[in-house]
Amino acid sequence: MYTTDLSGKDKKKSEPTPLKQEDPKLLAAFEARVANDEFIEPKDWMPEAYRRTLVRQISQHAHSEIVGMLPEGNWITRAPSLRRKAILLAKVQDEGGHGLYLYAAAETLGTSRAEMIEALHSGKAKYSTIFNYPTLTWADIGAIGWLVDGAAIMNQVPLQRTSFGPYARAMVRVCKEESFHQRQGYEIMMALAGGSREQKRMAQDALARWWWPSLMMFGPPDDKSPNTEQSIRWRIKRETNDELRQKFVDVSVPQAEAIGLSIPDKKLKWNEARGHYDYGEIDWEEFYAVVRGEGSVAKERMQARVKAWEDGAWVRDAALVHAAKRTAAKIAAE
Amino acid sequence: MNNDWPLWEVFIRGKGGLSHRHAGSLHAADPAMALDHARDAYTRRMEGVSLWVVPSAQIVASDPAQAGPLFEPAEDKIYRHPTFYTIPDNVKHL
Amino acid sequence: MAKLPPLAQYALRLGDDALILGQRLSEWCGHAPALEIDLSLANIALDLVGQATHFLGLAGEIEAKGRDADALAFKRDVLDFSNCLLVEQPNGDFARTIARQFLFSHFQELQFGALTGSTDPRLAAIAAKAVKEVAYHARLASDWVARLGDGTDESRARMIAGLDWMWRFVDELFVLDAIETKLASQGIAVDKPALRAAWDARIDGVLAEATLSRPAPHRPVLGGREGHHSEHLGHLLSEMQFLQRAYPGATW
Repeated sequence: MYTTDLSGKDKKKSEPTPLKQEDPKLLAAFEARVANDEFIEPKDWMPEAYRRTLVRQISQHAHSEIVGMLPEGNWITRAPSLRRKAILLAKVQDEGGHGLYLYAAAETLGTSRAEMIEALHSGKAKYSTIFNYPTLTWADIGAIGWLVDGAAIMNQVPLQRTSFGPYARAMVRVCKEESFHQRQGYEIMMALAGGSREQKRMAQDALARWWWPSLMMFGPPDDKSPNTEQSIRWRIKRETNDELRQKFVDVSVPQAEAIGLSIPDKKLKWNEARGHYDYGEIDWEEFYAVVRGEGSVAKERMQARVKAWEDGAWVRDAALVHAAKRTAAKIAAE
Repeated sequence: MNNDWPLWEVFIRGKGGLSHRHAGSLHAADPAMALDHARDAYTRRMEGVSLWVVPSAQIVASDPAQAGPLFEPAEDKIYRHPTFYTIPDNVKHL
Repeated sequence: MAKLPPLAQYALRLGDDALILGQRLSEWCGHAPALEIDLSLANIALDLVGQATHFLGLAGEIEAKGRDADALAFKRDVLDFSNCLLVEQPNGDFARTIARQFLFSHFQELQFGALTGSTDPRLAAIAAKAVKEVAYHARLASDWVARLGDGTDESRARMIAGLDWMWRFVDELFVLDAIETKLASQGIAVDKPALRAAWDARIDGVLAEATLSRPAPHRPVLGGREGHHSEHLGHLLSEMQFLQRAYPGATW
């Protein structure tokens, strides 16, 4: 799941992107191929800005998958039934798999996984803001599946036709696997909303906390998202942030109504003329604060990732040393 | 040491009778581990009945810049295709 | 808890072993040494949760008092859990987790191999499915014992320490108490002492490959089958059972 467009006005140190002068002929041929809906493959010529944008976007997407394992992983050991435990474990495992596919897609552009992980740990690379919110109750697992995966799917489905072949292929696999994620989340919410008073309270509270962050997952408003135009031309992005956000609101409102939960937005109202729901103002100050790393559990998330990586170093090293010993022994025996 | 394990390419036979198809990549320190990781990452949903893993460094690929000389000369050899030939409709089994 | 019929008790033991180890492994999710290992450990955990669901379901069915697998998993206290002590040991570092898996999966593979011939068709059917799963677990764990044992100095020291931690719980795996002795004589349960030689041979083979030797003998620590566990199980249960305990009667 989970690419969030993290660009926008908060870029104090914004890279001025000193574009190197590309060969105009190659550039024109490249633009024509992309415009013609052809796929670009790793060894094909591509402008430096395209490569850089892709590495940033794909690795950010991969990081989001991996960090995204943590809030849900928080509830695997406490899942309330064996069925729920298996489903949640399989789902979080899927996120790990998706991270793997995405890292691999980014690696075809010449950046190693270790480099990308270093960038994540040093704070240089970002991940989706949504994972810097805590999972307090079991209902959060439902809300994440329903809303966060729902928003992610909406972001991701168009990426199956993105211009960079490895990314598009990874997204095909991701989308196929993710189709159960949203349904399992909604099913959890359904059970809670139809359950005891305490369960219903949990469900409503989770919806209240996850609704706005989910809307933020689509990234800043279009007029504040400078990358949108070029990204759309390159088919790195296929629909604008606001278009996708509106689509998400439109499908989610009836889903909430169907199980008797209320969306925490007083301005939410069907607009007959537009054929869409109007919704209230998003707190962009909060969004940019979370992007800056000021989400309430950002420190815990990064601490967990860094710990896993550092604790695992001796294992990764040992496997390499063992493999080298085996290879040497084999050569000696020949 | 913070080296990545080497990269491997994974090929899956979807079912008996089909050829192996490229599914994706992964990291592993040795061949047995690469197979295990391929199994655990790429066949969680009954995607296949057989796996190949190949060190990515061992793949020899054609150069995209040479795509013209390599592949375009085949374009005008249309006589290699059965539809090139006109045979009367009443003649069968050709 | 009222005493279960012997066959239900046996199914419960098989289920508890799988449940508790599955729970332990699921603690790794998101924290493994490499992304690929994370996926492998989750697959093993999923297999085990599946086995637990089958065996506990069967135990409840035989007991016939309306308890399903969830009731058995989430509403018993330590004294009524009958898993072996090995599986409830905390994960520790990756080497300790692998040591636990290595020792247990080989046992499980031999046990399920024998159980496929059980005169109880329900047990035989679950075992027939599970034996393939645990054969993979056993091989994967063995490969890691070899890598870590014959890897770096650090990995070797950790692998030795991991095996050493777990070794005192090995003998319990092969104990046949009165209940199981009777069931084994009827061809229902597995004659576990008879598996020991094959298990020893497998373990020794892998340890040799890993250039390791067996840990020093240790006085067997027993009691899991009778509900006398380590201190760790209570904490594991308090986490696993939290929602079911906090909201009695709720459905999820």
